[in-house]
Amino acid sequence: MQRRFIPRQGLEPLIRQTLDAGYRLHAPQSTDGAILYRPIHHSGQLPWGLHDHQAPGHYRLLDNGSPRAFAWATGPQALKPLLFRPSEPIWTLDLDSDGRPSFIGAAHTEAPLALLGLRPCDLAALALQDAHFLHGPYPDPAYAARRRGLLTIAVNCSHPAATCFCAATGDGPNAQGGYDLLLDELDDGYLIESGSAVGKTLLDRLDTLPATDMQLEAMATQRASAVRAQQRKLPNAEQLARLPAQHDHPHWAEVAERCLACGNCTAVCPTCFCHAHRETPALDGQSSVHSREWDSCFTSGHSYLHGHVVHTTTRERYRQWLTHKLAGWVEQYGRSGCVGCGRCITWCPVGIDLTVESAALVDANPAQGE
Amino acid sequence: MHAIDNAPDTAGLVPLAAEIIQFIQETPSIFTLRLRFTDPAAHAAYRFAPGQFNMLYLPGVGEVPISIVSDPQDEHLYDHTIRAVGRVTHALANLREGSRIGVRGPFGRGWPLTEAQGRDVVIVTGGLGCAPVVSVINYILKRRAQFGHLTIMQGVRHADDLIWRERYEAWAELPDTQVLLAASDGSPIWPWHVGHVPDLFDQARLTPGVSLVMMCGPEGMMRAASGDLIARGIPERDLWMSMERNMHCGMGLCGHCQMGPKFVCQDGPVFNYPEIKALLARKGV
Repeated sequence: MQRRFIPRQGLEPLIRQTLDAGYRLHAPQSTDGAILYRPIHHSGQLPWGLHDHQAPGHYRLLDNGSPRAFAWATGPQALKPLLFRPSEPIWTLDLDSDGRPSFIGAAHTEAPLALLGLRPCDLAALALQDAHFLHGPYPDPAYAARRRGLLTIAVNCSHPAATCFCAATGDGPNAQGGYDLLLDELDDGYLIESGSAVGKTLLDRLDTLPATDMQLEAMATQRASAVRAQQRKLPNAEQLARLPAQHDHPHWAEVAERCLACGNCTAVCPTCFCHAHRETPALDGQSSVHSREWDSCFTSGHSYLHGHVVHTTTRERYRQWLTHKLAGWVEQYGRSGCVGCGRCITWCPVGIDLTVESAALVDANPAQGE
Repeated sequence: MHAIDNAPDTAGLVPLAAEIIQFIQETPSIFTLRLRFTDPAAHAAYRFAPGQFNMLYLPGVGEVPISIVSDPQDEHLYDHTIRAVGRVTHALANLREGSRIGVRGPFGRGWPLTEAQGRDVVIVTGGLGCAPVVSVINYILKRRAQFGHLTIMQGVRHADDLIWRERYEAWAELPDTQVLLAASDGSPIWPWHVGHVPDLFDQARLTPGVSLVMMCGPEGMMRAASGDLIARGIPERDLWMSMERNMHCGMGLCGHCQMGPKFVCQDGPVFNYPEIKALLARKGV
């Protein structure tokens, strides 16, 4: 691993080289009051100088005049909607004149995707989505097609939000792997290193300087302070393993008093994978599109079972979500489904905080603050 | 877009067309579809195990998971017995011979027929959910020498809910086979027990270590029956049950069928009792 330095204006050639290599490049941009990943053409579109203020049920972008493009933590979405689409066709049905059906599977022929600015928590969530969509008995062809050529240009998180707890889950704020290129943002530029052969090829095309001792020292200080800046944490793995046994704990009903069952948490969660199959027949009845779209375990339809609903109450739905996220995933995929990004806390309209609720359920003391 | 015939990566994801060769009205609300894939190669290649299910797709309406009731070695047709309860099944009930539907599958883990070889087999079903075990009954009867004593126990809510009454009567006449039926609500011509299935365990041939039990039906019934059977000395590992959840994809991807950490569509639908006993004990999982 050779760490190099590029000045602030060096992001422009990085973007140019990525586009020239044939990628569809998405990068964070200030969109409708939040930072979202959008197609990018030049570095001026990055969220220069913006900072995000996050708290339970609260998200605001502020211009703090910083010389940086990545002085923020997370937006409501990152990689998930790009690989696992909120809605997409699976097959199309056509009926011939005798009413005989034929089925055409959806094709996946998009150009390879590159993302600039992914956070370590996003990389951790990517590994979890990979485990679900690629490594089961039926690898998902739509996800696989988009994942295959994916280029990840990650940026370590120097400005965690108050809702972040990736240090506690072990997923950040500094990436341990899973990237093609990794940047550390300093005031005057970027330390950059490659994590794959593809990343190295791209890095070799850039004009870079050797990293100085002073820059490396600034990076180490920044990395350590990003860890220290985090105040929230989850109960540990041993404590969370007790969650399924808390099935009848009175605290579930207490959370349900506040929970609106709106499903925001599942929509912004970078690992939630549930989706529903939907049928959209043409008006003439001769064809129909069978698609899938994101679903939420907070809906009644999620657990519908020939005439009744398994999870009838908000209490049962919140319990299903939290127990699955923090315990069920361990049996299914070998680790918790939470990467500590804090999105479910920020985007909950009533500010329900899973670090607090899970601690109350397993009788742990959360470290918490604002 | 590409034709699915040459796309192995969409196996299971995109339906194959199948024709209804025979439509059997079992009761006013229960019917059996006897199907054949329209592509002869696909039909010849199709394999399933008793206890597995298919996703049946009615063009323009949607899909529904239905267990396969026919014998895995009947290469002619495969059957689905369906009760019209929801949007898709009510529409399927209107089909007729010659209609074509889409089929994806088979999915999931079926009954433990290898483990059951040489053992006494006890089938316990309740409600109308007997379809998943009919394939097992037929499987055993066609290979009678491979299995020991067979006990078939079926509980229904009302006497009129019993379908295939003639089959039960015929099974009861077979050697080394016992049929025990119960209806919570009997009728003047109901010759069997009025009450619940577990009431009949005293009459059933249950030998701990020899009997292997396969259950299907409402969770409450299976929970009660399991407790009763364990109290009678049947080891937990000899209890098997078919679970139901809301499958959309059948491939362990959509998440709807999760029961605790289990994907019922792939880890099940047939489970060994020790795998799910903690989940079964909790209501609303």
